[in-house]
Amino acid sequence: MADKELFVQGNEACALGALAAGCTFFAGYPITPSTEIAEVMSRKLPEIGGHFIQMEDEIAAVGAIIGASWAGQKVVTATSGPGISLMQENIGYAVMTETPIVIINMQRGSPSTGQPTRSAQADMMQTRWGSHGDYETITLAPSSVQECFDYTIKAFNLAEKYRCPVFVMADEIVGHMREKITIPEKVEIIPRQMPEKTDNYLPFDAPENGTTPMPSFGQGYNIHVTGLTHDKRGYPSTDDEETHTQLVTRLCDKILKNTNEITSIETEFLDDAETIVLSYGIPSRSALTAVKQARQKGIKVGYIKLGVVWPFAEEELIELTKNAKRIIVPELNLGQIYLEVDRVLGKYAKVELLSKIGGALHTPTEILDKIMEE
Amino acid sequence: MRTDIRIAGFGGQGVLMCGIVIAKAASLFDKNYAVQTQSYGPEARGGASRTEVVVSDEQIDYPKVENPQIFVAMSHEALLKYIDDIKEGAILIIDPDLVYQDEIKDIIENKKLQVYHSKSTETAEQVIGKKIVGNIVMLGSFVEATGVISEESAKQSILDSVPKGTEELNLQAFEEGKKIVKKII
Repeated sequence: MADKELFVQGNEACALGALAAGCTFFAGYPITPSTEIAEVMSRKLPEIGGHFIQMEDEIAAVGAIIGASWAGQKVVTATSGPGISLMQENIGYAVMTETPIVIINMQRGSPSTGQPTRSAQADMMQTRWGSHGDYETITLAPSSVQECFDYTIKAFNLAEKYRCPVFVMADEIVGHMREKITIPEKVEIIPRQMPEKTDNYLPFDAPENGTTPMPSFGQGYNIHVTGLTHDKRGYPSTDDEETHTQLVTRLCDKILKNTNEITSIETEFLDDAETIVLSYGIPSRSALTAVKQARQKGIKVGYIKLGVVWPFAEEELIELTKNAKRIIVPELNLGQIYLEVDRVLGKYAKVELLSKIGGALHTPTEILDKIMEE
Repeated sequence: MRTDIRIAGFGGQGVLMCGIVIAKAASLFDKNYAVQTQSYGPEARGGASRTEVVVSDEQIDYPKVENPQIFVAMSHEALLKYIDDIKEGAILIIDPDLVYQDEIKDIIENKKLQVYHSKSTETAEQVIGKKIVGNIVMLGSFVEATGVISEESAKQSILDSVPKGTEELNLQAFEEGKKIVKKII
């Protein structure tokens, strides 16, 4: 079988990516603009012996995928802003119990039910700390239909490798737009690592890279899974300061200390760039058009696109932007990742927000005008 | 080179399908690049509806249409709603039975538009016998008037997109569409 070409929507590409990554379980509650993901999964999963469950709400959806993940399945749910809000409690539970889950969020206008059929990127901070407590997650931001497919596969692999929730944060435009995708003949998949022994082992041990093989219910393992602070065996130990400090620090460090492994950055025209447009997700396509137009006018401007937003690629960005005087951050919100860019790069360059809300994408002209302001 | 296309009509005419068939023909069969977007929300269920397609021989960065070089109108309401940002010298293809050309003669003059007529709905009803294939008749006219996608790819894309059992009907609609398109201005 050779590579396959299809002309599909971003939502369909996410579903196909999940299936290619070995997903066998979807639980969710349909919501615009992500509904087509549930539609495709509900058709395809029964064909491969998997399961699709339409839940009563998004709280239950994440509960169900956490349970299925502990039963050895590769799992995903898909939603939009109102659903992501309901999911937060169980996202924290997945963090604490180190459960691999993938959550796809087709962002729409918000707060609350906002603009169901319009685009936004205003849930970006929610994927970082929407649930209570200190923790780190992994967040990917596709800007094309091909990336919907590729990043969803990557999300499954990262979830397995780091045993944590991984978010695919797209938006209404990417979700509903149609483009050609290439489905490769072979897709690299990271399979679930199971412990070698079924008893007298440590399912929450702290090895060098911060993650440990994950047992599965129904396979003969002795397991205890809890959201309470637990020791390496998984048993509650809620009064011991040392246990809590070690556990929560490790949950964060397993992501933060592997930032360079996890992140992916695309760049263009950085060599002599004095101004850099730094973006993620769909505005990066307007940004690249604007940067190319500015280059034709002889302006020294470069382009950076974050494929992975969290963890934030601090060190790499400092290196890439060291010669820049000005960083422009276009976002479909009133300034979220801009704050992080300013925290990291603001000491070295002037960081400027180009925000847009209301549902439409920045036009290249809007970004070009911002570039030309100086 | 990049071509920005907008197709507008009322919900249920198959405007969206027409856009998908064009974009699929361009990307899968002509091996160019294409992006298709559309209006969601209440307007897609009756009222003015539109789809936009960008076709290019290079990778498409900005995926939306700003100033369409080709505008296909299958309803007067949708035409008026979406025509303002049409590019100077653009091709405008209308179904003259559904669009009142006199009412837009200022914009046709000011923007120096090239106007084509395709009586696609009447042809679908009277020649093919199925009003529902009006969008594919219009597609035939689009291909004949613009050449943005090849005829062969358009046919392959139709066969790849339409429900099973309707292939012959749709191919016939496409052929009729090619025949009936007329350059007016």
